[in-house]
Amino acid sequence: MKRKLVVIGAGMASGRVLEHLLAAEPENWDITLFNAEPRGNYNRIMLSPVLSGEKTYQEIVTHDDDFYAQHKITCRFGEAVVRIDRDSKVVHTNEGSVLYDKLLIATGSAPFIIPVAGKDLPGVITYRDMDDTQAMIDASGKAGAKAVVIGGGLLGLEAAAGLKARGMEVTVIHLMGHLMERQLDPAAGYLLQKDLEARGITVHCKGATKAILGSDRVEAVVLEDGTVYGADQICMAVGIRPETRLATDAALQVGRGIIVNDQMVTSDPDILAVGECVEHNAQLFGLVAPLYDQAKVVAATLLGKDAAFQPVQTATKLKVTGVDLFSAGDFADAEGREDIVFRDPARGVYKRLVIEADRLIGAVMYGDTGDGSWFFGLIKDGTDISQMRDTLIFGPAYQGGTQTDPLAAVAALPPDAEICGCNGICKGTIVAAIVGGATSLADIKAQTKASASCGTCTGLVEQVLASTLGDAFKMPAAQPMCGCTDLTHEDVRRLIKGRALKSMPAVMQELGWKTSCGCHVCRPALNFYLLADWPEDYTDDAQSRFVNERNHANIQKDGTYSVVPRMWGGITNPRELRAIADAADKYAIPAVKVTGGQRIDLLGVQKADLPHIWADLNAAGLVSGHAYSKGLRTVKTCVGTDFCRFGTQDSTGLGIKLEKRLWGSWTPHKVKLAVSGCPRNCAEATCKDVGIICVDSGFEIGVGGAAGMDLKEIERLAKVATEQEAIDLTVAFVQLYREHAKYLDRPYKWIAKVGLDWVKTQVVDDPANRAALIARFDLSQRIYQRDPWADRATPQAQADFAPLVDLTREAAE
Amino acid sequence: MSWLDIGAVEDIPRRGARLVKTLYGCVAVFRTGDDQVFAIDDRCPHKGGPLSEGIVHGHAVTCPLHNMVISLDSGLAQGADVGAVVTYPVRVEAGRILLDARRLLRGTAA
Repeated sequence: MKRKLVVIGAGMASGRVLEHLLAAEPENWDITLFNAEPRGNYNRIMLSPVLSGEKTYQEIVTHDDDFYAQHKITCRFGEAVVRIDRDSKVVHTNEGSVLYDKLLIATGSAPFIIPVAGKDLPGVITYRDMDDTQAMIDASGKAGAKAVVIGGGLLGLEAAAGLKARGMEVTVIHLMGHLMERQLDPAAGYLLQKDLEARGITVHCKGATKAILGSDRVEAVVLEDGTVYGADQICMAVGIRPETRLATDAALQVGRGIIVNDQMVTSDPDILAVGECVEHNAQLFGLVAPLYDQAKVVAATLLGKDAAFQPVQTATKLKVTGVDLFSAGDFADAEGREDIVFRDPARGVYKRLVIEADRLIGAVMYGDTGDGSWFFGLIKDGTDISQMRDTLIFGPAYQGGTQTDPLAAVAALPPDAEICGCNGICKGTIVAAIVGGATSLADIKAQTKASASCGTCTGLVEQVLASTLGDAFKMPAAQPMCGCTDLTHEDVRRLIKGRALKSMPAVMQELGWKTSCGCHVCRPALNFYLLADWPEDYTDDAQSRFVNERNHANIQKDGTYSVVPRMWGGITNPRELRAIADAADKYAIPAVKVTGGQRIDLLGVQKADLPHIWADLNAAGLVSGHAYSKGLRTVKTCVGTDFCRFGTQDSTGLGIKLEKRLWGSWTPHKVKLAVSGCPRNCAEATCKDVGIICVDSGFEIGVGGAAGMDLKEIERLAKVATEQEAIDLTVAFVQLYREHAKYLDRPYKWIAKVGLDWVKTQVVDDPANRAALIARFDLSQRIYQRDPWADRATPQAQADFAPLVDLTREAAE
Repeated sequence: MSWLDIGAVEDIPRRGARLVKTLYGCVAVFRTGDDQVFAIDDRCPHKGGPLSEGIVHGHAVTCPLHNMVISLDSGLAQGADVGAVVTYPVRVEAGRILLDARRLLRGTAA
């Protein structure tokens, strides 16, 4: 007598179960196959090529009518099972019931729908089955149709690429900071985004969908940040969850998925489950390889054989033609783990290997994934890689040799080996130049152009010099920015401008950063360079700023902060002073001090009080004095012609005008100004970054003074007749400093490097250049001249500045 | 273990930290760039700096006062520096951060 097997769901996993089972016992089973979709088993992971038009539905069918007929499988496609009666061992649909001896649940997963207004409008679909795919193909038929894909994961990006291939205008909205964040790190995510954008797909990361608009069908998507994208079709691909409703209703044990043991049996011994709907050892499964392993075990269990499911590592590849991406294993940072990173900016290649205890445990690759399967094998097998560690990242082709000394490796390179990718210069050309008399990096750059573009190959060129010249060549000790790169600050600044690098991942990828996310030395510098050079494109990253600039107050040695309100040109009034006194009382400020820059400092403020004291001071018209920033600090003034019997000009008025123009700007290091009304110099202008001395005939502008670690008198930049010229020159000078100086170089250090004469040619001698500098400064100020106190005197900031939890109260209870 | 729900992962900025105040001092709860969560004492072993205000890079934080780098995994000072801070068991479940509060209330932080 045949045993009755009922299978709910005709997906990839159940199809494989049937194959294994019928191969072993073709005659022993009476099988009924239910599928909610009106069709049989097909290869769901090939839906993307169907969408893009590279394959047809017929080509991805795995089991056709002949297969079902030959094995006498009763197919009930398009008929949804509504209930399982475990006591009587019957499954019910709305049309009838079927008895079972063994039941296999293979209901797969259901797409997650984000609960926003408009989610039910016609034109909003998910990407799960052939019907969804057909709906997207139909929508793309309209000329000029626009599609928005919500979700920049594997499925969403495949949908986006497919829709684009069908001629639609496509936008991808992704909630996280980079695409495919579960499989890729930010560097690889950046390269992927760049590739997709080059194909004409718009990518919007950090985009939270607020609502879907439309009257009788979708018309647009609006995001939380206010961006609106027109849409004729919306594809939601934000994630899936196991489809467990039938199992839950039948009171089977269900966690996130239907819980199965190693034999794939549920909490009912006659019911098995397979595929995306199951949970095994607290793990869910979405990729096809483990599902096929499960299918084997299900068949064995049904056949009464011993078998146990053991999940194996899986690797991910994106099925978008022309995008080369690979991700496997665990690539999170952790104690005891080491990274090997390889970047080839010219080819858009990024490879990162994660090693723990001499074993490879994770790999992310972009642009060149040829060695993916080899790395994947090392991960799965837990191979000891200590012997090949130094050359591991170059793949299997480089194993077996013992050239671990980089100099020996360079010496062994053939003459036609490419050294400089940007200019296509090979080793032979460089060696020929050396033989012809070149002895330094500068000679090589001048004669061959090697390392004259992106500079990434500088180290290699130097090694060629060293290996060719021997002891005659001394490796130069250029000071790199930090341990994350060999490039100097100056190189990095030049490349950010020259190659239009506008985000931190762009800099780190294109310039070959050796770490995945930088360090406390390079991140604040890069953040400044990017916001100074690309004020309209770059978004300031608070987490890459030192604490003072993140919290807009100066941290003190005990962890409290100091608060300094701005007093324009050092001028205040009784109302402001009362507000400061009230705040000092209200927040029990331990110390109130007058600063060297003519401001009042409230010392010892608790962090949680900051947004509150700012709100109080704001209410009295006081704004942040930026006493904590690498930016404009103060403009010190004397009283000038208003009161002083020696005053020659309105020094206070000029100081106020300068401060109003310059406040809020970020600079490489702090910037302090002073304006003295006569050569007696009561405002001590001669030791400031910019110091102006008023005289009868006009204004003497000096720059590059210092009175800190070094003591230095200002040098004359120019003498001008009018107040307006004094303001113009000052603004242009500050902008030149912002655009060119190394982070944490005060102006005097920067001027020592570039020379005051060069500064004069840029700021004083060339009026057109001066005007352009001023225009760029004003553009930046339109974005950055905001009072940070007002921005943070909000309930949200008050919550963010307070502790997450206060356990002192709970403990006391 | 007594796991205490102290908030959502999203309450902490990526590459940032928030504080849990206890009778024995503050615990800094970090969220790294790869969305992992760590809890350590908010006192640098060097001069007591508030580690929660440092720059987070990889699984390490740089103290804002004098740049000592502390591993979030082990609590140990990195590089040539010597020192350690107490680490606390913490885990994430369904986007919520669970901290082992019993150990905290008992006061190993003191």
